Amino acid sequence: MMGRAILLRGGRLVDPSQRLDETGDVLLVDGVVEAVGRVGDVRRDGDAMETIECAGRVVSPGFIDVHCHLREPGREEVETIASGARAAAAGGFTAVCAMPNTDPVTDNQAAVGFIISQAKKAGGARVYPIGAISIGEKGETLAEFGEMVGAGAVAVSDDGMPVASAQLMRTALEYARTFGIPVADHCEEPTLARGGAMNEGLMSARLGLRGIPAEAEEIMAIRDILLARLTGGHIHLCHMSTKGSVELIRWGKERGINVTAEVCPHHLSLTEESVDGYNTNAKMNPPLRTAKDVEALQNGVKDGTIDVIATDHAPHHYDEKEREFADAPNGIIGLETALAVNLTWLVHRDIISVPMLVERMACAPARIFKLPGGTLRRGALADITVFDPDVTWTVDPSRFRSKGRNTPYAGMELRGRVDCTLVDGRIVYRRAE
Amino acid sequence: MSGALGKDLLGLEHLSSDQIRLILDTAEPFKEISERAIKKVPTLRGSTIVNLFFEASTRTRVSFEFAQKRLSADTVNVAAAGSSVSKGETLVDTARNLEAMRIDMVVIRHGASGAAQFLAERIESNVINAGDGTHEHPTQGLLDMLTLRDHFKRLDGLKVCICGDVLHSRVARSNIWGLLKMGATVGVCGPRSLLPNAIDQFGVTVFEHIEDAIQWADALNILRLQLERMQGGYIPSLREYNRVFGVSSERLARAPKDLLILHPGPMNRGVEIDSDVADGPHSVILNQVTNGVAVRMAVLYLLSGGKPELAEAAKGGGGR
Repeated sequence: MMGRAILLRGGRLVDPSQRLDETGDVLLVDGVVEAVGRVGDVRRDGDAMETIECAGRVVSPGFIDVHCHLREPGREEVETIASGARAAAAGGFTAVCAMPNTDPVTDNQAAVGFIISQAKKAGGARVYPIGAISIGEKGETLAEFGEMVGAGAVAVSDDGMPVASAQLMRTALEYARTFGIPVADHCEEPTLARGGAMNEGLMSARLGLRGIPAEAEEIMAIRDILLARLTGGHIHLCHMSTKGSVELIRWGKERGINVTAEVCPHHLSLTEESVDGYNTNAKMNPPLRTAKDVEALQNGVKDGTIDVIATDHAPHHYDEKEREFADAPNGIIGLETALAVNLTWLVHRDIISVPMLVERMACAPARIFKLPGGTLRRGALADITVFDPDVTWTVDPSRFRSKGRNTPYAGMELRGRVDCTLVDGRIVYRRAE
Repeated sequence: MSGALGKDLLGLEHLSSDQIRLILDTAEPFKEISERAIKKVPTLRGSTIVNLFFEASTRTRVSFEFAQKRLSADTVNVAAAGSSVSKGETLVDTARNLEAMRIDMVVIRHGASGAAQFLAERIESNVINAGDGTHEHPTQGLLDMLTLRDHFKRLDGLKVCICGDVLHSRVARSNIWGLLKMGATVGVCGPRSLLPNAIDQFGVTVFEHIEDAIQWADALNILRLQLERMQGGYIPSLREYNRVFGVSSERLARAPKDLLILHPGPMNRGVEIDSDVADGPHSVILNQVTNGVAVRMAVLYLLSGGKPELAEAAKGGGGR
């Protein structure tokens, strides 16, 4: 009795986990990678199998987004786990990690279980819950890491709210060691950042908007790195946005401290200039910084100081963004533009190669968050992304699977697009010709 | 309608020196109307203007209203308190509702930076920024420049120091951009905690000490110190502020020349400015107020499509 089989034929197979970068075929059977080999070598005599022609396309382990906001429970009119999982699939992501700043906060085993159960019905990318560090993300009482991990949480974070108390962060890093999970922190010194709406600098001074200095992030980044040194725990620094942060992470890694870091596509491509004219779709936290920060972050991705690229996908209703800048909420959506933005700004400008991009979007996220996937090895999960690295398209938010439309890339011409996303050996997204 | 200034007046940062000069020159003939016994010309007869004030204001609102009435426009004042705004209506809905009443112009004062631009992008009526958050207050910048020009007969090469809370001041920004465009040299003086960190990139000279600013400048524009800045922790006390940064006649006496003294009001006597300076012979603080009406008449006239070369005739009662 043979199971369901799909042959991905003639693509450029890029899998940094086994230093693979060559043209070939991949055979997926019953949700696992059955064989990888040269074109024509991979056969399955006598059985019906679906074939996807991949000539001119990159075939890679499925992308994993370790940082997104799916808004369910609580804000289902803005995004649901189902719409978010479909948006993720359309963006080439086979798995996403959902941040716990939902309503109610995902700070207990039942809440984690709810997300797992909604995700099972969603039918797009896999969704892994991240549990809160503290009850209600209030920064006071430690949440039950063990119970949440038991229910399926893969990390803990109070994302959206910085962990102001160094003592709480210390305890979280120590306590998380038992469960082998990373503690992901939104680095922001709250008294310095209070009331800030954008990067502090010339643009904020011109626009008369209260700024958030780079130091608000960097002070917390180095605090967290030092606490990781103290505790031996794994600190994962979310959405790094400044040159100084890159230097501090490099300092920590050189000393063997257990620190990993992520950066978002928007911080690798846009600057505070995008805010000019009070563009609320360029408002997020941490804010867009300067050209010198963008360059340092790109170099951090290149040299490995920054481990992963994550979206910080944050949908908002258009009414919420259609208002005075200081009052508009932080965040932009990113699942359906991440690959193209990364290709356009990093690969096509010769900052990193396609294999390096796959490492940052698929392999490293799996490794750091200890998730299945991130490789095309025989026997691995059949979670695959097939993309055209060169095709040009214009971003039209009305066509997004996400319920969100809040993107600063609307109307921009980008290069590179997902053709097909497979989860568990099944096609969950295929671009219409 | 839009003329030489475009549809709206949102700030001075994006105006050209020619446009600023045009407004100042257009204000000249309008000054005289306010000196007449019958202070009214029919220039904007039939125009409907809404003064939309989300923040309390006496001077600016009254000045705009006089400018409008002296040009014969029909005006309505909307204050945020007691209006639909206090019932939670969004700015965009307020704007659309006003527009639906077929108005020609909106003068807006709002606590959020960018509110005037937000409104301007969403309605077809002309929008005049009467102060948005800590961004700009263009008509104040213009009336300050008109007052300086009246006295010195030029702006080019003039040394003007803006003193006080530049960080939170929309008046400061409009003055800096306007004066720089008109060829003046601009200084700022205040505690670093009340200056934007990026002030050095504005093309201005920063003075740490008021004594140095007084030695350097031809004119001081002394900003109101918002009393809540003390609660905000930016300065320790008003007493110390006056002692370190206050403009006093003793300090001015050590200047190499007489300095012209401007203040956008309302003043905190004995804090940023001492009474004998405010009431002294070199103070043009009340001239600023008088010029405010003329500048606002000029802006209303130009935005409504008035031809600058016809301003002289317009004040005599001609059409547009």
